[in-house]
Amino acid sequence: MSLLTGALTMGCILALMALGVFLTFRIFGFADLATDSVLTLGAATAAVLLTRGVPPVPATLAATGAGMLAGCVTGALHTRLKINNLLSGILVMTGLYSVNLRIMGGSNVPLSQTATMIDMATAVARRLTGVETVRISVWEIPAGDLAVLVGAFLPACLIGLALRAFFRTDFGVALRASGDNAQSALAQGVSAPDMLLISLMLSGGLSALAGALMAQYQGFADVQMGVGTLVLGLASVIIGQALVRTRSLGIAIAGVVMGSVLFRLLVSIALRWGLNPNDLKLITALFVLATLVAPDVAARFGKRGARRA
Amino acid sequence: MLDIRGIVKTFHPGTENEVRALQGVDLRVEDGSFVVVIGTNGSGKSTLQNAVSGSAVVDEGTILLAGRDITRWPEHRRAALIGRVFQNPFSGTAPGMSVGENLALAERRGLRRTLRRNASLRSRDALAERVRRLGMGLEDRLDTEIGSLSGGQRQALTLLMATMRRPELLLLDEHTAALDPRAAEMVIRVTDDLVRGGKLTTLMVTHSMQQAVSLGDRLVMMHRGRVVADISGAEKQRLRPGDLLDRFDAIRRREQIDLSAAEMLRETYI
Repeated sequence: MSLLTGALTMGCILALMALGVFLTFRIFGFADLATDSVLTLGAATAAVLLTRGVPPVPATLAATGAGMLAGCVTGALHTRLKINNLLSGILVMTGLYSVNLRIMGGSNVPLSQTATMIDMATAVARRLTGVETVRISVWEIPAGDLAVLVGAFLPACLIGLALRAFFRTDFGVALRASGDNAQSALAQGVSAPDMLLISLMLSGGLSALAGALMAQYQGFADVQMGVGTLVLGLASVIIGQALVRTRSLGIAIAGVVMGSVLFRLLVSIALRWGLNPNDLKLITALFVLATLVAPDVAARFGKRGARRA
Repeated sequence: MLDIRGIVKTFHPGTENEVRALQGVDLRVEDGSFVVVIGTNGSGKSTLQNAVSGSAVVDEGTILLAGRDITRWPEHRRAALIGRVFQNPFSGTAPGMSVGENLALAERRGLRRTLRRNASLRSRDALAERVRRLGMGLEDRLDTEIGSLSGGQRQALTLLMATMRRPELLLLDEHTAALDPRAAEMVIRVTDDLVRGGKLTTLMVTHSMQQAVSLGDRLVMMHRGRVVADISGAEKQRLRPGDLLDRFDAIRRREQIDLSAAEMLRETYI
């Protein structure tokens, strides 16, 4: 059971990052490779601030700010210096690796001795309910774990709702149009490059926020923890798309959160069944590859079937 | 009013591929007048439009619109004053967004875009009413993705988007050239309605002789980066496609004379 709550909590935390990927990849078709390092940047910034005695909330917000700054750099490289989109991401990703090591002063920072947002959530749950464990059918779940799960679910929900509201504002409509057809946005007085830059900034902030929460949840920050994040985010967005199959953006956003949680759940089940953790990234990559080519293959087979009939 | 003064544009200057697209063009378009620009391929008529819209920056000269010098303004800033319809029906609308969302985008052209909820997305009746005036039955399809509409429908909606907030200048860049004849006719009807109905200052580029004579109240003919004829008033009303062809032929013949005369002079004196 703790495996399940663990997977759900992790899914909710990573959903924040997936929402960022949604913003850049779904809206602008921009796969921001820097996401991997930006997640680590968020974790590193939050961890170091926490060990220096900064309270958890400001530390997490500062990490988010660092991520936005990194997103800005990727955006500026691409929109101002006209560097190819993948290359801008790779440059920032590579550069940030050293920055992250510098911030942490080593390859990892343990958080076992520091108060984190996780401790805060647990404390709140204790004070509110006064119970140590909660019974759900036959399982006994520590109330703290449940509080942490709720604490991870809330930001994903709030940010999802905020994103949905954002897409209906004048600014949000302009941002979506920029990703859909830069030329038409331009003709309506919207600078599409500026909109892309803002998207990358928001997305960077979300990835770093996910990293900061993840470090607090795991109890450490590690320079390698971001590896494969973007592909994971893509997987979540793609699963989300498959889950909801709709044009409504609000539901699509909910789909991304669900996709992220579901993917995490599948991973933990696979690990339970004896999947070698070392194979995880390969399987994730293959999964994303399969979902990317599946529509194409299906269409080809569909045509062949139709011809035969 | 649009006031173009002595604009020059040369592509690839100093190379073998040098193209002198605009060689000092002056053009004044009075408020409320509908100017049709016609010319052969390479006459500079598209470059003229691009210079006004901002997708090409001129080398020399100034462009004034509504009393403001927009010569150095970036394209998206000029869009606050200019409504545009492109030759490619796919260029003017966002295909993945609905009809309503596209119009909601256009409603804020030239205005600040804040985090306030878009007004059109809230009250759809006003939007539906504007779309109804196109007379195409699209008012019932505000939630349809624009990408699933035909080229003609998209072009008509682009026209609506370009004029939704009254532009100081409407730029039409061969906006029916990529359509089939029936769709082109429909888009021309919509164009005429919108331009006349709103008394919009309009600059339209075309290479259809028929459109050039039947639309607008003034015709500007371009050739090799220069304005070679400017016809308005009663003469414009009388103009027939045949007259235009004759004028083009005349220009071409004069050019040949120029060339052969130059050749003769060279042989005689050099």
